[in-house]
Amino acid sequence: MRFLFKTAYGQDIRLFRDGLTAAWYGVLAGIVVLLPVLLSRYYIGEITWVFIYGICGISLMVLVGYTGLISLGHAAFLGIGAYAHAYFLHLGVPWVTSVAIAVLITTACGIVVGLPALRMTGIYLAIATLAFAVIIQEVFTRWEAVTGGFAGMAVDKPVIFGFRFNNEASFYYLCALILALTLLLTQNLLRASTGRAWVAIRDSEIAAQSMGVHLALYKSVAFAYSAAVMGLAGALFAHKIAYLAPDIFSILFSIQLLLLVIVGGLGSLQGAVFGAIFVALLPPIIAIMRDAIPNTMASFASATGVGAIGAIGRGIGDFLKKPGVEAGIFGLILVLVILVEPAGLYGRWVKLKLFFSTFPMYKRDSFKRQKNYMRSERLR
Amino acid sequence: MTFFQAENLAINFGGIRAVDNVSFAVEKGEVFTIIGPNGAGKTTIFNLISRIYQPSAGRLLFEGRDITAMPPHRIAELGIARTFQNIELFEHATLLQNLLLGRHVHRNTGFFSELLFLPSVRRMEVEHREAVEKVIDFLELQQYRDALVANLPYGVRKIAELARALSNGPRLLLLDEPSSGLNVEETNDMAFWIEDIRNLLGISVLMVEHDMKLVAAVSDRVLALNYGRPLAIGTPQDVQKHPEVIRAYLGA
Repeated sequence: MRFLFKTAYGQDIRLFRDGLTAAWYGVLAGIVVLLPVLLSRYYIGEITWVFIYGICGISLMVLVGYTGLISLGHAAFLGIGAYAHAYFLHLGVPWVTSVAIAVLITTACGIVVGLPALRMTGIYLAIATLAFAVIIQEVFTRWEAVTGGFAGMAVDKPVIFGFRFNNEASFYYLCALILALTLLLTQNLLRASTGRAWVAIRDSEIAAQSMGVHLALYKSVAFAYSAAVMGLAGALFAHKIAYLAPDIFSILFSIQLLLLVIVGGLGSLQGAVFGAIFVALLPPIIAIMRDAIPNTMASFASATGVGAIGAIGRGIGDFLKKPGVEAGIFGLILVLVILVEPAGLYGRWVKLKLFFSTFPMYKRDSFKRQKNYMRSERLR
Repeated sequence: MTFFQAENLAINFGGIRAVDNVSFAVEKGEVFTIIGPNGAGKTTIFNLISRIYQPSAGRLLFEGRDITAMPPHRIAELGIARTFQNIELFEHATLLQNLLLGRHVHRNTGFFSELLFLPSVRRMEVEHREAVEKVIDFLELQQYRDALVANLPYGVRKIAELARALSNGPRLLLLDEPSSGLNVEETNDMAFWIEDIRNLLGISVLMVEHDMKLVAAVSDRVLALNYGRPLAIGTPQDVQKHPEVIRAYLGA
């Protein structure tokens, strides 16, 4: 176990805790850069989804994980960003300008949706954002002049300053870069007074207010920033999916985004990325298992001569091919996460790291929280 | 000009007049305590001052300015910080982050400079940290600096809340039952700290308190309330001997 000696206040403000942490993130960046060389096109495409979902996760993490406001309508912001970007691209606006306009439009929508949030909390805010998402989906369907309605809207590959992101690998790098930038900017906000004000609102509005936090202003800023990041993700999403249709941005998608941050671990940016890995990679993993499990078990059966193993393998394969199984597994994992690890995948990761760094001395109760029954809710 | 003044303060909750025509003034450098049985309206007065409630009648003046109609978040900017009876800390943040939030009114960085973490933001953060470290030294909280508030024992949270209020750099400190839930030794420490806050930091203190030993030890003047109405005002000894106060407490 290492001890960190602090000699300057600047040390607590740094992006990375110490040199070693920075080095590990460097290794991670190196792996991300090298992956397109090592993996096939299919896998690169799937990992690109991780990056796009990661940006979505950051958006919701700021709102739900840090400011404590819930939103059941974030797919609508993703849709607004995607449609706006696609529309302006069709008009011949350059890529960077088009993304900027899309982000501005979603930010404006975020502020408008955020206004009721100044008065509502909890379940009421969830219902308001849900209603917003339903309205927006209807707008996508009916406003055919812009969105193309049910006929949908094709989105071309991005062209930035004359460079065409033609293949999977180049778009992969673009998404990775934008994810890294979004992480950096968000972390900057979180380590300054804006981020502290958000956390304060999440934990105790009344104390935040008494300490001088303008509740309405900071809640609006949280909604606007969250929507802006979602709009940015929407622009990349449009290119990735290549064909926009209104039914993509459904309530279920909003809920899936919410699950992403909960599974990842509320209250940490790393959690947003962990959640994105889970949401983006679970379907392809199930798809691989569908064939891999029966095949390996069949070869195992022929090697040992026990026919029952092959039959079980075929059974599992057939089960995984049934419609709805993917959603079922998704739900099952969610239930398990909430029951076993409320801090999410990131919480588990932190425990794992502590286990190895303190190896023989690890105490299971290190993370046990005392329950606090003294807090008053009556002024809410 | 009086430092802090409440004039004919009143508030109704439905048919109940929780605070009824209360007037008092706090002088600069004074420890002023409000006492009274449960439900006398002490905390309600605090909530009126921090603008959580809107008074039905009366005025609040701080350094000559009328703060009766001011939005709640502006109160801290003026230099009035408070603690809560049932600790209202930011549970899932570290003690350091809690105290840094106390510096919120002193920030001078905008959203976009924070987004880019410009050198000015970095300088500001270090400045905040230096101010917070002074409070940490003052209240001897060094060992809890990086601990999550949710994991701190009750006594430490009580002091942490005091520390957060002090980080704000207030001129008037509102303490809502600083000794509730503390043991004898911790209450004694609290008494010393309140004296130090007044004598060393020059902060005036307005306090709600039940522990008469603490009240007598640190208060310059005491206001006794019952059913929202003032009973007596004066030195702790005078108020304790006042027949109305004795009747309110003992029901004689």
